[in-house]
Amino acid sequence: MAHDVSLQSTGTATLDAPRTGTWDGGNEPFKASYGKLMMWFFLLSDAFTFAAFLTTYGLIRHKHAVFTGEAKDFVFNTAYWPIPDHVFNAFPGLHGVNLPLAFVALMTMILIFSSVTMVLAVEAGHRMDKADVQKWLLWTILFGATFISSQAWEWSHFIHGTEAGTTMADGTVFHGANLAANQYGPVLFADLFFFITGFHGTHVFSGVCLLIWCFIATTNGTFHKRGHYEMIEKIGLYWHFVDLVWVFVFTFFYLV
Amino acid sequence: MAINNPNLPNFSPAVESQGGIGTAPVSHVAHGHGEHDEHEHHDQHWMWKYVFSQDHKQIAKQFLITGMLWAIIGGLLSSLFRLQLGWPEGTMEWLKPVLGHWVEAGKLNPEFYLALVTMHGTIMVFFVLTAGLSGTFSNFLIPLQVGARDMASGFMNMLSYWFFFLSSVVMFASLFLETGPAAAGWTIYPPLSALPQAIPGSGMGMTMWLVSMALFIVSQLLGGVNYVTTVINLRTRGMSMSKLPLTIWAFFLTAILGILSFPVLFSAALLLIFDRSFGTSFFLSDIYIAGQALPNQGGSPVLFQHLFWFLGHPEVYIVIMPAMGMVSEVLATNARKPIFGYRAMIGSLIGISLLSFVVWAHHMFVTGMNPFLGSVFMFLTLIIAVPSGVKVFNWLATLWRGNIRFTAAMLFAIGFVSLFISGGLTGIILGNATLDIQMHNTYFVVAHFHLVMGSSAFFGLFAGVYHWFPKMFGRMMDEKLGYIHFWLTFAGVYLVFMPMHYVGIAGFPRRYYAWTGFDAFSQFADMNKFISVAAILAFFAQFIFIINFFYSIFRGRRATENPWNSTTLEWTTPIEPGHGNWPGEIPAVYRWPYDYSKPGSEADFIPQTVPYSQTQSSNLPYEKDMGE
Ligand code: HEM
Ligand SMILES: [Cu+2]
Repeated sequence: MAHDVSLQSTGTATLDAPRTGTWDGGNEPFKASYGKLMMWFFLLSDAFTFAAFLTTYGLIRHKHAVFTGEAKDFVFNTAYWPIPDHVFNAFPGLHGVNLPLAFVALMTMILIFSSVTMVLAVEAGHRMDKADVQKWLLWTILFGATFISSQAWEWSHFIHGTEAGTTMADGTVFHGANLAANQYGPVLFADLFFFITGFHGTHVFSGVCLLIWCFIATTNGTFHKRGHYEMIEKIGLYWHFVDLVWVFVFTFFYLV
Repeated sequence: MAINNPNLPNFSPAVESQGGIGTAPVSHVAHGHGEHDEHEHHDQHWMWKYVFSQDHKQIAKQFLITGMLWAIIGGLLSSLFRLQLGWPEGTMEWLKPVLGHWVEAGKLNPEFYLALVTMHGTIMVFFVLTAGLSGTFSNFLIPLQVGARDMASGFMNMLSYWFFFLSSVVMFASLFLETGPAAAGWTIYPPLSALPQAIPGSGMGMTMWLVSMALFIVSQLLGGVNYVTTVINLRTRGMSMSKLPLTIWAFFLTAILGILSFPVLFSAALLLIFDRSFGTSFFLSDIYIAGQALPNQGGSPVLFQHLFWFLGHPEVYIVIMPAMGMVSEVLATNARKPIFGYRAMIGSLIGISLLSFVVWAHHMFVTGMNPFLGSVFMFLTLIIAVPSGVKVFNWLATLWRGNIRFTAAMLFAIGFVSLFISGGLTGIILGNATLDIQMHNTYFVVAHFHLVMGSSAFFGLFAGVYHWFPKMFGRMMDEKLGYIHFWLTFAGVYLVFMPMHYVGIAGFPRRYYAWTGFDAFSQFADMNKFISVAAILAFFAQFIFIINFFYSIFRGRRATENPWNSTTLEWTTPIEPGHGNWPGEIPAVYRWPYDYSKPGSEADFIPQTVPYSQTQSSNLPYEKDMGE
């Protein structure tokens, strides 16, 4: 084309050339490939899924009575919502010690660490340093798997309950929790706990699977041949999102 | 044919758009947008070309044909329940061979009646007007009109269709269950939908409904992220956001609405599945069945309604916005005038999109929701009339003193405007909580949404098909049959839905199998018969379209490259574009898409690919100075 010279990147146009500004087409306005954009939009929609669940949690909790006495006098009762400190106070190997929220705090730390190693894997990908990518991916996978195992322990403890159990409305003593009844409080307390932490756990699990796949592909040199490690960036976005969601889940179930 | 325009433009298209038009297909190396090498199948097996195609045009046709099949099924179901409403004393024995045990002693089984309205609504809203309409035209037009070889990810696009297909198979199979398909209404409110033992349709039928919808949502997301990213990243050089045809703006915003609202339906469906199958109580509390209390305590059925309508209301705009976009395009092209208020049109689409997320509870005025909250939602709802009004005003102003060509597509576009006005007015009535408390769940609501959404969106769909058929199949549809189809449908729709307002105001309830037991309604026997006759005739008139459609695919008059003298990019492709759309380089874009009848121009339209240097006589002052 005769007027190629006039194709400057200033965004102005001549009578004979199309405009060339950021939003004028022919480029990527967010400087992000379509794949990354797709991941962003997917995460946006996933955020709405979680938001719906957490709203459900909020509304249902609001519908239930709260314990009005002193926190130290709290006992489990199906009539009011439990105080998290009294439900989640166990630690693996430390039987009978009262450590409110200690274990879940540790789990949270592990997940946050996995985000840090994820960042390092992405950064190594930018340097095309295959060995480093592998190293940091492995750490991320390890932390992720540890989180899932911890959650499994947490669930198992929640399901088995305390030795004393709680006397239910019909006079029977109930230990632990399932979807139809639980010793800690109203049915919906356990329903929501299983449902929402389970849904989040499924996300972490999918993330770990994706990371393992990334690790294999890295080892096979797939990304190296491709000339970039963008796939790891995309999975990284997902991973950070899942961590971020945990912060909300944690806040809802354990802190407030 | 209404087209006899002597002013065919004689611009030489911009140098770049010349590329290799008419020459052998150039390899995709010239492709400006990166990794599309996976599209490089030349001598493909027919399986990959027609069935598992990744070409957006082929996928669009798959959506369209599947949507048409669904529309026939959905229409047939409505004919069945209209028979029941129109002739309550009549016998249905003659349908026994088809319906089997759903006909008992010459009458439709009441449970089956509920299943019919449920499936009719579900099919029409989701399968026809969401997948069939937006799926078809977003797919077909986005790459062609923004100037891209294909969607960002052809593979995900293909998956989007096949998820829709699977979802269709599941929903279709549910029609043949012994216990019948879902029967809790298209809005599947619990507890009816949550308790498998409640009615036959709450059993397996409901389970399959939920599975089908989950697959459908996956399909929507795969399609949606593709549409959005394609519009953001794959616009051709020069195609800024303010040079996009309104169709693209509409598809773009529709996709965003889908991405943000369908996941909430997904959440609701998942919670419902747990209530149904795993004994949770999210939506259940204080329920007695046959004197027996259920153990579920503490949940809330109203919560489900909140979640459902958080999708449900944006969903009605997901249905209507693509139609709005196409109507804008068809009106401007056939009035030979720029669309009136291009920027206001974009602004109102954005306004509608934003507002559509904050009005959902207007469907719930009678749920016992806090009346103060109700009045907040009432206020927000009524504001939607403003952007809607802007659109209507602009469409009318576009027609005003236009050089109108009454093509079949144009008639349907004008019909759309008419129906949208008629149905929108009743929306304002229903939006007032005090009036809605009287009107809720009556035929007045049925009339409202069938005019404003059902019929309007169908009219948009028809306008789109008549208009873009030549680009889809390289042939023209028959205009005469198109006129007949239009007038029968237009008259039919008003004859069906106008009387419904009347019976609705009188309190006639929706979803009632029989009304003969109520003295108050027996006076409407004739009215019901009239509606039924009109509905069944209007339904059968659609076969004129179907015959025209399939006949024209094979036998229609051959199309020219740009049969409607349109300015947009899709008409710069070869008559039947191959995979990759443009054989040569993708043309660049210089101007907005509505340069029709521009003063000073010899031709009555200037394609987007014509640079200003070739149109000195018609350039506006600011266009003259450009770059100097
Ligand atoms: C001025 C604009 C509009 C207003 C104020 C409005 C208001 C309302 C209200 C208040 C209802 C609830 C009635 C009831 O159930 O008692 C309703 C129902 C409905 N509207 Fe609209 N509407 C408007 C435009 C639209 C548009 C543009 C569409 C679709 C394209 C639409 C589709 C529907 C549907 C499908 C229902 C019924 C859903 C059901 O219960 O099955 N409305 N509308
Ligand atoms: Cu609404």
